[in-house]
Amino acid sequence: MLAYIIRRVFQSFIVLLVVGLVAFSMFRFVGDPIDNMLGQERTQEDIERLRATLGLDQPFPVQYAKFLANAAQGNFGVSYRQGRPVATIIAERAPATLELALVSGTLALVVGIGLGVFTAIRRNGVASNVIMTTSLIGVSLPTFLIGILLIYIFSVSLGWLPSFGRGETTQIGGWSTGFLTASGLKALILPSITLGLYQMTLIMRLVRSEMLEVLRQDYIRFARARGLRERSVNFRHALKNTMVPVITVVGLQLGAIIAFAIITETVFQWPGVGLLFINAIQFVDIPVMAAYLMLISVMFVAINLIVDLLYFAIDPRLRIDGRHA
Amino acid sequence: MSEPVLSVRELVVEIPTRHGLLKPVDGVNYEIAPGEILGVVGESGAGKSMTGNAVIGLLDRPARIASGEIYLKGERIDNLSLSELRRYRGKEIGMVFQDPLTSLNPLLPIGDQLTETIQEHLGVSSAEAERRAIHALEEVGIPAAAERIGSYPHEFSGGMRQRVVIALALCAEPSLVIADEPTTALDVSVQAQITALLKRLCRERGMAVMLVTHDMGVIAETADRVAVMYAGQLAELGDVRDVITAPRHPYTDGLMGSTPLASKGKKRLHQIPGSMPRLGNLPSGCAFHPRCPYTQDKCKTDLGPRLRDLDGRAACWFPLDGARAAKGVA
Repeated sequence: MLAYIIRRVFQSFIVLLVVGLVAFSMFRFVGDPIDNMLGQERTQEDIERLRATLGLDQPFPVQYAKFLANAAQGNFGVSYRQGRPVATIIAERAPATLELALVSGTLALVVGIGLGVFTAIRRNGVASNVIMTTSLIGVSLPTFLIGILLIYIFSVSLGWLPSFGRGETTQIGGWSTGFLTASGLKALILPSITLGLYQMTLIMRLVRSEMLEVLRQDYIRFARARGLRERSVNFRHALKNTMVPVITVVGLQLGAIIAFAIITETVFQWPGVGLLFINAIQFVDIPVMAAYLMLISVMFVAINLIVDLLYFAIDPRLRIDGRHA
Repeated sequence: MSEPVLSVRELVVEIPTRHGLLKPVDGVNYEIAPGEILGVVGESGAGKSMTGNAVIGLLDRPARIASGEIYLKGERIDNLSLSELRRYRGKEIGMVFQDPLTSLNPLLPIGDQLTETIQEHLGVSSAEAERRAIHALEEVGIPAAAERIGSYPHEFSGGMRQRVVIALALCAEPSLVIADEPTTALDVSVQAQITALLKRLCRERGMAVMLVTHDMGVIAETADRVAVMYAGQLAELGDVRDVITAPRHPYTDGLMGSTPLASKGKKRLHQIPGSMPRLGNLPSGCAFHPRCPYTQDKCKTDLGPRLRDLDGRAACWFPLDGARAAKGVA
């Protein structure tokens, strides 16, 4: 078990190295940042000087090695555009994205699994059919359209909820939270629905189909034949077995919520890392882009690792510990 | 004979389909007394499992009980609501399924599966439930039961798992056990152990056992009485010795002729020509007449007689006597 974890961590490390390399070399082709940083009236001398300060005059492998060494210490260099350390900028922006992701992830999980189980148990009910049909909207509408529709209905027409920003935030240490003020909470509603809707419907449809499969199994029949309550059959016996295949997809989808908050953050002008990334692309702010990509890949790798460990926790057949009969 | 534990009267199970109404079980009557093992035998699709599922109320939709009555210890149970029926399942009627590899929840320790069933029906404390769970495992011959209580199903062999399944079916001490092909998925050597176990528990506890199988050998060794099913109907019902040595129904006769029994020596096995008709396409008259070596005109036109009264042996217009069976087949 421990050996397995060590091996997985080692593999994850290699994945990160490769992602770093790909991200870093890709950015060499997106344009010269110097063009943006200096105005129209620049001399060749200015360009050379800035290039030297930023270390852009060094050969590619050296740049990459430096980038890695610094990144390992949490130092992603200085933003070309803002002139401040990237780590600081991201630390400022991260709470907004993480809070948004937390709310929409929880929403997607709770509602998705709940509705999935409901539609599986009452699979011929009217309510189930309505839910299943409605869920097609969630799967098929693009995120930005959902966001714009929600803004149109709830902000423009009804005027109930704000259309952009985080509302008032409270500082707790280095963390700015929107959970503590009424306007902060109101501001969270539309973006988190927009961000989580696709994941919610996806999780729901997945849970439903897996659960229908599990409900056909012999051990469910046997549990019924032993006179167990429907609640126990559905939740104690069926749901746990449903979760084994569902966990993988759910884990990756929750990662996607953070990674692809970009669109939602753009639509709602949410001051998170996604918006930061979009702005960074416009200005060819390579350190910010690189740091963002690295962060996202660290997250995905971590989620994958957690998912694998969850398998062990849920499915005893995977635990190889020599207790076999 | 004391009051029967299970009494099934004129049971009809229907499946509505686009091509009309199918009747996988069509007018079946039988009774099982305490401490008695009734073997239900027949080809695949003869309706033997369907009968068992109907008794415990586990018919898969759209199959449903269309008519007939099922009595458990004198109480009618075929018209109960699901929640009323649930109290009978496990408590009064235990069920053993065919495949021990798939009948146990792979993610729950067997001890948990036992204690939840015991607590559901007997309302005892969890410590008491665990004590009973260990006892139930010991009773079915699981060695070191107290230590194995936390084991998961995959940590047992197939035969051991079927013992666990039997322990689960019997842990709330039901008066009737329906064993649906309990040995089919097992090795031959393990089969004998499992049937011996069922037989011992039946005698010790005075349970009624309905043993559904297609294996005449298992029936011959285990059952007290046997019900032979063909195309949803009872072909023959009687004491196992009588039915095996002197079958009255030509189908039973053919079935015996096609079963290797040590007592018969090394004769070439007989084979019943053709196959059982599909339910949607039953022949006129007696359902068995196209395959019957003794068919007469009456069999082709008149619906086969039913075993209306439980003393009758064979549902045949021209039941065999010993002499004709001997020269007819083999």
